[in-house]
Amino acid sequence: MYWQPSADLNTLKARADFSAYIRDFFRVRDVLEVETPLLSKAAVSDANLLPLAVTCLDKTCYLQTSPEYPMKRLLAAGSGDIFQICKVFRDEELGKRHNPEFSMLEYYRLHFDLQTLKDEVAQLVGDYLNIQRRMDLSFRQAFIKYAQLDPFLTTDDELQIKVQPFVGGLKLNRDECLDLLISHVVEPNLPKDTLVFIAQYPASQAALAQTYENDSGEMLAQRFELYVNGLELANGYQELTDVAEQKQRFAKEQTQCEQVRNEDEHFLQALQHGLPECSGVALGLDRILMLKLGLKNISEVLSFDFERA
Amino acid sequence: MANYSTNEFKSGLKVMLEGDPCSILENELVKPGKGQAFSRVKLRNLKTGRVWERTFKSGEKLEGADVMDYDMEYLYADGEFFHFMATDGSYEQFGAPVEAVGETKNWLKEQEKYEVTLFNGAPIAVAAPNFVELEVKDTDPGLKGDTAQGGTKPAYLTTGAMVRVPLFINIGEVLRIDTRTGEYVSRAKG
Repeated sequence: MYWQPSADLNTLKARADFSAYIRDFFRVRDVLEVETPLLSKAAVSDANLLPLAVTCLDKTCYLQTSPEYPMKRLLAAGSGDIFQICKVFRDEELGKRHNPEFSMLEYYRLHFDLQTLKDEVAQLVGDYLNIQRRMDLSFRQAFIKYAQLDPFLTTDDELQIKVQPFVGGLKLNRDECLDLLISHVVEPNLPKDTLVFIAQYPASQAALAQTYENDSGEMLAQRFELYVNGLELANGYQELTDVAEQKQRFAKEQTQCEQVRNEDEHFLQALQHGLPECSGVALGLDRILMLKLGLKNISEVLSFDFERA
Repeated sequence: MANYSTNEFKSGLKVMLEGDPCSILENELVKPGKGQAFSRVKLRNLKTGRVWERTFKSGEKLEGADVMDYDMEYLYADGEFFHFMATDGSYEQFGAPVEAVGETKNWLKEQEKYEVTLFNGAPIAVAAPNFVELEVKDTDPGLKGDTAQGGTKPAYLTTGAMVRVPLFINIGEVLRIDTRTGEYVSRAKG
């Protein structure tokens, strides 16, 4: 019966209510709702995301993996605070918590530092899910507490030993080891019914966040992730505004990426023009809805999951 | 055999892992938002029956395993091998070693059909039908009239297996056994 929806009617109503809740949340805060193209001539630089290519007017174009670049172009053009609710697409992501096409809320706040943005996200998500308990951990604290190791001081060899029970003989690089341990060891052990913010990521996992040096000389990223009941819900940055640094990161991602990704010239030009100091965050709306309704499979919150699309 | 990438992993796919054929039970994508994607996979080792949990990087490949299940009739044991015959019309015979037969040894009956798993043409596992009918070779004498009372006693079947049976069961009777639990179900009919 694959013509029928994968979500029931009550879930679809809850989804509509959720959108209304978000729009109200930002209306009272005077944040402007925007729409940007889903289809772009440039692809995302992030080597861990696989954009879908489509042909339009004989040109290869890409469906967005997030609206980050065009939204930052709006910020550079003087839009002020903005938010967007949109569909994003990521190839090869399919599972109980993944669908290749999913709904994202992305928003940017001018002159917010990361802490202020975290507080606002805690309010947005906490009020909706009715969860007030909150835990703020640094990346280091999360690993020490739940994986019994210091992610900055542990040697590559020791990390390899830690991941062996999961991967057998497979060799992983340092960041891959940390990715495995956070998803296999840290995440499942985080406290339940609590907004858990993990912040101060290693600079190697900065993506498009600003980096800084701490007192011990370690390079850290101004980035946070929000987890609730083992689900990763949001990823926020104090945004990188330095165009030279941005170009370097594009080049570095390209070396780790099998596909050729054209640099987004428009985005770089906007940075060149000047991105105001801001923080931004992307939230996975389907997963938040799963938590709200106590559902275990992302299919159950989608009108039609990928199987039925 | 073909190679399979993690995004082709699905329940029932047979692959080679550390030299043993395995059947994939579950595959779940795990991906930190900005990080490496992994496939967290549960596999059953078809030789040992043990379930393994193993994580693969997305895009990793495993070699397919040449594993097929066939219906076969049990013929006889020669002390070393248990001999089965294909029922697909080929009458081809296969000798399964004791490790392949495992617990199913308790439920082997001549002319009964079993599911034999072949790996590279050799039996590695034998599964019994859910129910088999086997004769009681030895048990304490039945208690006349005791048909309703609870209570059980051990009975030894022709295969050597022991099952708990009601007190009224006698030597020579044929019993229906649930092979999944190893429990007595009823007397065989007719």
